[in-house]
Amino acid sequence: MSATIRLLLNGAPVDVDVDPATPLLWVLRDHLNLTGTKYGCGVAACGACTVAIDGKAQRSCVMPVQAVAGRKITTIEGLGAPALHALQRAWIEHQVPQCGYCQSGMLMAAYGLLNDAHEPTDAQIDAAIDNICRCGTVQRVRVAIHTAARMLKEEAA
Amino acid sequence: MKRRTLLVGGAVAAVAGGGLLVGFGRLLGDRVGDAGTLPVQAGTVGLNGWVRLGQDGVVTVTMAKTEMGQGISTALPMIVADEMDLPISLVRVAPAGLDQLRYGNRIVFAGTWWFHPDNAQSWLARRFTEMGEANGALLGVQITGGSSSVSDSFEMLRLAGASARALLVAAAAARWNVPPQECTTVAGGVVHRQVHDGLRSAAARLDYGALAEEAARLPLPADVQPKTARQRSLVGTAAPRLDVPEKIDGRAVYGIDVRLPGMLFAAVRGCPVPGGRLAGFNAAPAKAMPGVRDVLSYDGGEAGCAAGVAALAADSWQAQLAVAAVQVQWDTSGLTPFSDAALVEQMRGAFEREKGVFVFHERGDGARAMDRAARTLHADYFAPWLAHATMEPMNCTAQWLPAGQDPAGVRLRIWAPTQAPSFAIETAARVSGLRREQIELHLTQIGGGFGRRLETDYIVPAVALARAVQPTPVQALWSREEDMAHDFYRPAAVCRVQAGFDEQGKLLAWRTRSVSDAITPQFLARNFPLMGKAAGMLPDRTQAEGLWDQPYEIPHRYCDHVSAPSPVPIGNWRSVGHSHMAFFTESFIDELALAASVDPLAFRRGLLAAHPRHLAVLDLAASKAGWGEALPGGRARGIALHESFGTIVAQVAEVSIEEGRPRVHRVVCAVDCGLVINPGIVAQQVEGSVIFALSAALYGNITFRDGKVEQGNFPAYEMVRMREAPRVETWIVPSEAPPSGIGEPATPPLAPAVANAVCMLTGKRLRSLPLRLA
Repeated sequence: MSATIRLLLNGAPVDVDVDPATPLLWVLRDHLNLTGTKYGCGVAACGACTVAIDGKAQRSCVMPVQAVAGRKITTIEGLGAPALHALQRAWIEHQVPQCGYCQSGMLMAAYGLLNDAHEPTDAQIDAAIDNICRCGTVQRVRVAIHTAARMLKEEAA
Repeated sequence: MKRRTLLVGGAVAAVAGGGLLVGFGRLLGDRVGDAGTLPVQAGTVGLNGWVRLGQDGVVTVTMAKTEMGQGISTALPMIVADEMDLPISLVRVAPAGLDQLRYGNRIVFAGTWWFHPDNAQSWLARRFTEMGEANGALLGVQITGGSSSVSDSFEMLRLAGASARALLVAAAAARWNVPPQECTTVAGGVVHRQVHDGLRSAAARLDYGALAEEAARLPLPADVQPKTARQRSLVGTAAPRLDVPEKIDGRAVYGIDVRLPGMLFAAVRGCPVPGGRLAGFNAAPAKAMPGVRDVLSYDGGEAGCAAGVAALAADSWQAQLAVAAVQVQWDTSGLTPFSDAALVEQMRGAFEREKGVFVFHERGDGARAMDRAARTLHADYFAPWLAHATMEPMNCTAQWLPAGQDPAGVRLRIWAPTQAPSFAIETAARVSGLRREQIELHLTQIGGGFGRRLETDYIVPAVALARAVQPTPVQALWSREEDMAHDFYRPAAVCRVQAGFDEQGKLLAWRTRSVSDAITPQFLARNFPLMGKAAGMLPDRTQAEGLWDQPYEIPHRYCDHVSAPSPVPIGNWRSVGHSHMAFFTESFIDELALAASVDPLAFRRGLLAAHPRHLAVLDLAASKAGWGEALPGGRARGIALHESFGTIVAQVAEVSIEEGRPRVHRVVCAVDCGLVINPGIVAQQVEGSVIFALSAALYGNITFRDGKVEQGNFPAYEMVRMREAPRVETWIVPSEAPPSGIGEPATPPLAPAVANAVCMLTGKRLRSLPLRLA
């Protein structure tokens, strides 16, 4: 049973005609052709599907699209666009990605963390970022988050 | 096609016959090519098979290897850019066509033999290496694996870049009417400085783009010399990766991201028992669900693909729900249900076998020397099956075109994240019945390879399903559960290690008996059937590599192996045989050190007197780790040294026990991988290998019950996350030796380094993976 659902996606309203129970992940990837958000497990265990809902990191593979209607959704495509967000600049500076598949989820989880804690401690990073990365980039993710936090602080000053 | 078959047959005969082909090197032929090698493309010229130059000055380097995160889409073009004095900002990459033998991987075929690295320069070893490379040259297989990309490409790309530069210089010199020797190349252009009466006047400069057409028409100057080490300026620097920008903003397109107009999503569901068949299925419940276009079955067998059903729908979600609703009957009659415990028991039974044994390595008095030992120790080790669990699950997109639609005669288009384009095309041809020339393969980014994407099973359902709904494109997608259940697992292995000391306490004898199934014959049978038959006649070195090929100076050695066929489909998993054998070897070396009451570092050093390269790596890791210095209470260090794929790695792990489990705080790695193209990428690979290996060491365990994999999704197959990731430090030993690999070699030493530290802390020697204290 599909319905028309209005989403506030990366700052713009967009209507989709889908079964309201469809997880946001698949609405983004298959109906809106926004393939930056990735599928890794479908059970919210890996974080590849992380987006931000009202600035908070959420795993979109278990989130029915109906539940986010009218809420502010940010995906990797909208993270800094058209410029690069400080996180993205930090990711480049520290050469974080290898295969890159998990990185959208990492960046969005980091975005959610920085919205919450502007200068996160290592313990806060540990708690907020538990995305799986098979290429093992987590060490650089940590360093890049610290760098991005510093960049944002300097830019705000 | 016939010539190719003849060549392949000849190569197979050469391999099977084991003949020594002296001077086969001559047949290797020219890999660089010339101005006619690359296909014509408006606005650009091909200067040779590897360098395409645009009128805009952009140089596109041909990539005959696939990027899967290991960084070669930056490292390989750096070699060319350095030779051409070209800023990296002007470099792009494009995949090689699949129709030319020159793009095949040669060096990976030279790794088939089981010569000890100490004997690698012997006359016999060099002939076999040449023969392997010659086979590679004849086969022209494009495959990325074995940590071979840089070593296979380095000399060739140096020459390709130097040749392109020489042509551009010649073109500029001709235009200026000056001798080429008076020209130099700087920042993507040729420069000529005029010298009058000892004074330099303004330089003339022509950008490469402006010289492209003329350069492509010139004959290659004689005696093109690539740069010397001192002349190089880009190679050896941590240049930023070319693929990073698209991987941080969602632009990178992985196989699973391919989107084509009208495309259907097909969720696959394969028989959970290897070798099982589809007896029947009731699609009615699925077909009644919204968005479902059809439910189809597909055959198993080809490329090791399991037989199965798929639901085709308008989106992936509907397809997944639908395929779960299909009522399927599997036919597993004739198949013996198996469990991992029973298979391992059988493997252990082979420890006493005397027949059907292959001796990989023997030195001195071999096994007999153990009888002379004053004191012997032995231990039994075990490592389990492991899944690859790439973050991007298996998938493939295919579209059949009606005959006559495509002017070039293409009938089938495939989009695949694959490490083995040549195998992908072969499998597609076999499944479709089409000729290779009728198939167009598009390579996408790969969300993790680790050896899983050397396989081509994922091609099979995509091609079959797309045929049924042609010309509609179909994306076949494995759920995480399907991916976990249909892997080609790192095989389990058991190993009995034995060593003997003489009366002076010196290590006299080393003996190993390893037991596991053989990867290579089944891997080739799945993906390259012609070579599968030949490979079946040869021992598979991956079964015991890591046990007999290490540098320790033990005078008497005997390493043999019993092959243990099992129904579990197995494949290449990052570092292959080394992934478990290093755990056996380096743990047992520590056991010997402790038995001899010698510090584990000193014990190893004492066995490496004639191996300065290994000593240098070991000492570097130990010194940077502060080996011997005090540690905070509750922490200990463990060390391991391992050589694989031509590269030497030593690691020191700093470990504590938390909540009854090993907690790794810091891993210091030293690496000798010969000449380094990009030290930033080397560090990435080391860091990544450590985390990859740590997940396996702490958690990795695939078990079977009634022939089915018990682990469904990540919660049952855990991975190291940020909070338990150690700090990894990478130290590179400077070297001018030819580059060896770095994609895999930092994986094997990690598990033993951690286990050795655990033993220091707890007194418990863990001889099984994953490491469990309870």
